[in-house]
Amino acid sequence: MKPSAAKAEDRPATALFSLNQALHEMMETDERVVIIGEDILDPYGGAFKVTKGLSDRFPERVLTTPISESAIVGMASGMAMRGLRPVAEIMFGDFLALAADQLINHAAKFRWMYNEGVRVPSVIRAPVGARRGYGPTHSQSLEKHFIGVPGLMVVAPHIAGDPGALLRQATLDCEDPVVFIESKLCYGRQLVTEVAGASMELIADPAGPFPTTYLHHDEAGTSPDAILHCYGTMTPFCLEAVEKLRDDEGLFVDLAVTTQLSPVPTGHLERIFETRKPTLCVYGEEASPTGGWAAEMVARYEQLRTRAAAPAIRHERIAGDDVPIAGSRELETASLPQTDGIVGRILDCF
Amino acid sequence: MSQPVDKGIAAPTCDRSSGETELYSLMSAIRQFEQSLLAMFDKGLLVGTTHTCLGQEATAVGVLSALDLATDIVFSNHRGHGHYLAYCGQLERLYLEVMGKPGGVVGGRGGSQHLYERNFYSNGVQGGITPVTAGMALAEKMRGNNAVAVVFLGDGTLGEGAVYESMNLASLWELPVLFIIENNHYAQSTPYQLQIAGSITARPEAFGIETEEHKTTDVRVVREAATGLVDAIRKDSRPRCLVIEDYRLGPHSKGDDNREEAEIEDAWQRDPLKVLGKNLGAEIEALETATAALVESAREKALAAHVYEA
Repeated sequence: MKPSAAKAEDRPATALFSLNQALHEMMETDERVVIIGEDILDPYGGAFKVTKGLSDRFPERVLTTPISESAIVGMASGMAMRGLRPVAEIMFGDFLALAADQLINHAAKFRWMYNEGVRVPSVIRAPVGARRGYGPTHSQSLEKHFIGVPGLMVVAPHIAGDPGALLRQATLDCEDPVVFIESKLCYGRQLVTEVAGASMELIADPAGPFPTTYLHHDEAGTSPDAILHCYGTMTPFCLEAVEKLRDDEGLFVDLAVTTQLSPVPTGHLERIFETRKPTLCVYGEEASPTGGWAAEMVARYEQLRTRAAAPAIRHERIAGDDVPIAGSRELETASLPQTDGIVGRILDCF
Repeated sequence: MSQPVDKGIAAPTCDRSSGETELYSLMSAIRQFEQSLLAMFDKGLLVGTTHTCLGQEATAVGVLSALDLATDIVFSNHRGHGHYLAYCGQLERLYLEVMGKPGGVVGGRGGSQHLYERNFYSNGVQGGITPVTAGMALAEKMRGNNAVAVVFLGDGTLGEGAVYESMNLASLWELPVLFIIENNHYAQSTPYQLQIAGSITARPEAFGIETEEHKTTDVRVVREAATGLVDAIRKDSRPRCLVIEDYRLGPHSKGDDNREEAEIEDAWQRDPLKVLGKNLGAEIEALETATAALVESAREKALAAHVYEA
């Protein structure tokens, strides 16, 4: 895996750097952009430092709030409906639960229930995921609860893409509310722009404007041994697994890293289905699996498959256990999907 | 985003200079509109639900007539027909909306509780409209507009935490918000005494929000109070709160009413139309007749309009 270089200096860009740069650039060039959230002022710069340096440069447009997630999201909607481009930060994705009414009954509803008379171009950023020892209420990946809410987009940046570019797209190009799920684990990871021996491309279409990163090996021709799907936090684990399977086992596994979790980017899936003719689909998600993202992906694939009367696809889901996430490092690690688990599950299929 | 052009049969709206006959006519139009809805529900002509503001018309007309309707923002709630009609008078389009027809305020998508018209919005979920209104006020302030954002809450809404998050921020950030708390005595079936501890006015005041309270169903009193507060907000861009204690004369929605008849009878003595009507004397009959004709013509036109193809 080759990391991409940061703009100014010749050091590798991290997801955190990319997101922070994007916020700086947007605030520089567009006066409608307003940042709102808890503890985002300098020198602190946000719990995960994504907003670092912004309040020093743009004090009028960086609004630090009390611990009021409902008000943060509600005010972002109000600002968005009156001409601004708010980017709200929810300190931990777990706290999206405190703003669920605002997301589901307000932000997501306004455009449709006001008969297309208004738009709500707001972005709700939320760091999600575990592996940092934060325990049951500060480690969850709750995005599955917002998948399938009409009017709401759920977007997950990842290290096999450009998180900053996605944030700009969500903030400036998208006219609907976006829940923007950032992986806490990946903030410090370097972005990956190429994988030795493999090709990486972006799949995007109007139905799913946030692109899917698609990695495949030329040696596999049009029949990969498996197609691995993931988003967000699982990206580095899946990249590792793909390389291991190739180098150690001689298996050529495609990797599709989705950024648009909702609405489901059907066009991307159709293209993968038609051009790669999957026989084994594996899904990696850190959240508990029941009623989750992978379950929806399986359903969509099966719909495509049955309509095309294509041969059976074996589906394997790899996910966190259906239990809360422990504070203990050992218990936490045991309950979450790891690289070896992905490799092992795929090998079991052969 | 093209705004729908006002069209259809409408009642004239009021402003600060409107006289008593105009105020009366608008309140009467709201009353007759809502009474006709209840009658249509009884006959099975409407589906879903509705929340009428019978007895609260003075609050709607009093507050709305104090605003600059070209720029000010209004966020209303589930009981919002009065607010909406006082904002724009669009009787026919509101009928169409409640009937679920294409020409409705929002094309039948929202129904009674979810309306949108220029700077008027409503949502049927309690409390959540408060931070949205505060955000709108913030945007207007940041963009240098001198607009005031009004949000209509009720005694029942005071149970929701989002209200207090918003009051805190509106005060802290000096946002041009006018909080209207209509204490109509009931949250659905629950009397306010069973759901509110302490005092209502002490709540906004605890956040440093200047608050006025009036126990009144006199539209002139409401308009005067709202006028003073709106002017003050426009001057210093700080929030204010107006608490109006009125009374919900009708059921919560359609037929769900377990209150003592004597209590309701007593409250009818303070009916806002009666209160203002005392001054108008013999003129009332003509006003009522003219309004009835207007409302009925809107209703008939809406009834005749085509429905969506199923």
